[in-house]
Amino acid sequence: MDAILLQILNGLDKGSAYALIALGLTLIFGTLGVVNFAHGALFMIGAFCAVTVQRLLSLSYEVVDETQKDFLGNPLKVKTSYVESWFGPEMGGAIIDWAVPIAIIFAIPIMILIGFVMERGLIKHFYKREHADQILVTFGLAIVLQEVIKYFYGANPIQTASPEALSGVANVGALFGTEIFYPVWRIVYFFFSVVIIGGIFSFLQFTTFGMVVRAGMADRETVGLLGINIDRRFTIMFGIAAAVAGLAGVMYTPINSPNYHMGMDFLVLSFVVVVVGGMGSLPGAVLAGFMLGILEAFASMNEVKSILPGIDQIIIYVVAIIILLTRPRGLMGRKGVMEE
Amino acid sequence: MFGLDNKDTRMLLVVAVLTLCAPFILNPFPTDSAMAQFNAGYPDLMQRFVIFGIFAIGFNILFGLTGYLSFGHAAFLGVGSYSAVWMFKLLSMNVVPAILLSVVISGLFALLIGFVSLRRSGIYFSILTLAFAQMSFNLAYSVLTPITNGETGLQLTLDDPRILGVSATADGSIPVTSLFGLEMRSTFEMAVGPWAFQFNAGYYLCALILLAAFYLSIRIFRSPFGMMLRAVKSNQQRMNYTGLNTKPYTLAAFVISGMYAGLAGGLMASMDPLAGAERMQWTASGEVVLMTILGGAGTLIGPVLGAGFIKYFENIFSKINDHVLHGWFSFMPDGLEDFVVFIIHPFIGKGWHLTLGILFMLVVVFLPGGLVEGGQRIAKWVKGRKNKDDSTSATKTPAE
Repeated sequence: MDAILLQILNGLDKGSAYALIALGLTLIFGTLGVVNFAHGALFMIGAFCAVTVQRLLSLSYEVVDETQKDFLGNPLKVKTSYVESWFGPEMGGAIIDWAVPIAIIFAIPIMILIGFVMERGLIKHFYKREHADQILVTFGLAIVLQEVIKYFYGANPIQTASPEALSGVANVGALFGTEIFYPVWRIVYFFFSVVIIGGIFSFLQFTTFGMVVRAGMADRETVGLLGINIDRRFTIMFGIAAAVAGLAGVMYTPINSPNYHMGMDFLVLSFVVVVVGGMGSLPGAVLAGFMLGILEAFASMNEVKSILPGIDQIIIYVVAIIILLTRPRGLMGRKGVMEE
Repeated sequence: MFGLDNKDTRMLLVVAVLTLCAPFILNPFPTDSAMAQFNAGYPDLMQRFVIFGIFAIGFNILFGLTGYLSFGHAAFLGVGSYSAVWMFKLLSMNVVPAILLSVVISGLFALLIGFVSLRRSGIYFSILTLAFAQMSFNLAYSVLTPITNGETGLQLTLDDPRILGVSATADGSIPVTSLFGLEMRSTFEMAVGPWAFQFNAGYYLCALILLAAFYLSIRIFRSPFGMMLRAVKSNQQRMNYTGLNTKPYTLAAFVISGMYAGLAGGLMASMDPLAGAERMQWTASGEVVLMTILGGAGTLIGPVLGAGFIKYFENIFSKINDHVLHGWFSFMPDGLEDFVVFIIHPFIGKGWHLTLGILFMLVVVFLPGGLVEGGQRIAKWVKGRKNKDDSTSATKTPAE
């Protein structure tokens, strides 16, 4: 029982990253009809936003302290970060400690801006071209973004710690009367993704803007004929989708040290998730994300692996292939969207 | 010649001359000059040119003709490499059975994957092939370790049970791959004045196979079968409405291009008998997509050009460093020189992929036909200018 609960937790945790990226991909596909292979790169840029914020916050200057000596007998050099000197050691230390959550505030505008630039500068010109061309140009863009990040941050993974208060483990099992210890940050990640997903859905469901966007997703031409500037709204949605991917990346940094090709690693999986969920279906993307995450977690249990060795490596692909061949529209795909 | 019309014969001859004279063409600089490091005429690199050329020609038969964009072709290359290495381990060090087996096995593998993937088209096909390739990569990396030797990669060892041949040579080393006794690594060096040209047996084997592969692809492009594939690309629905089942045609194209990839993999293993899982990763599939698009998808010579272009500049660019740049721009005033070097710095050396990515994007955006279209446009422009000159001179002459 404990093992099953633990795997469900593992799955929810993995699934929340899949679901967030797949949600952004689906938003872009559903609104603009563009297959965005650069979405993984956006996820990676988000992660590097967190790295940058942490580095900026811990910028420091050195003061030679004559009263103290280091072990060689020279005057001790004391490093003080600017943040600490401005806000006092306690407050400043706390700010540096909470760099990753603080990065969210910076990442949102940056990611939205990157999304705007990408859409207006490049993807706009590809609406009328074939899907193959869209895949190719965004694939090229992904390579470029990845190499730019590699140029500035190097090829090695960069460790970025979560706030100390959230870096331990918690006994999740207490809720069910058993003992299951699980890293706090992963639980935070799950709730964070639930909040973001809920936010996006309610934004689309309960605001006028969202209503127009949904109408545009259903029939772009008619909405345009009604005198609504649907292109501008779709551009904004692209920005939002980029921000979702970026936030997923920011929060993912303490779980997995970011490196420049993490986007590509996630991209293949998130495409599989989108296709399983049904191209253009937002609930489908979220459902498929969590479902595949949980399936993967269960497949990596030792009991399962002893029967089918290596199943954890391929389970997602196998499920995707089966679903694509039996339910061509995916789990919750809308009728008429990319059906061939 | 060989049932080709004049234009195709000329193209085949051009490719033949280019590949057979490559040791000369790629070695333009004398060995002891400062530019010698930019020579690309050494066997290892030349082999890579033609092997990736074969790979790209095969990919083009699928993508260029039918428009089906496969993102999993590296899987066939990997399967080809593995089967070739197994043949070396078990049967003999002769490359012929190894290459034959790698073509057959990858053909079967392509038949299986193609049969499933081709039930869908468009983006779904791309993602299905991507999923299959990634699955094969994961399998090769972990579960199938007894066959693929996992992370380390499959290599020859001293105790291979080679049926036709010996496990180890008399002096206790691993035997080398050969073609009926002609060692693949044997190289004939020719010194002409300050130049040194290398003629490698393995390279010439690859080059001849490339020519055969290129010839076959011309025949496929010009055949009724090729016409059918083009029809699939332009409008598959209409084909279906006329009562024609397109599946056998697309499947045949998929299997053929898979066999080309397997051939490339087999050759790769024949030149250097080891195979690793990283050859199957989806970024490796992305590379052949880059080559084909960059050269010109759907054209005959495009993929070969693209493969040569990418592999050549990969080699050149990664050798340029700041020092070399400073040498090139030393004619400029100091401040400007530093500035120019600073600007170019991110694009050279390790930054080659950045250059490639930008180049690729530019090609997709502005030149969907790739280098071939670029060449055609330039030719047209030059011709157009000539015609204009002619017409202006024609109007002028009566005035005399």
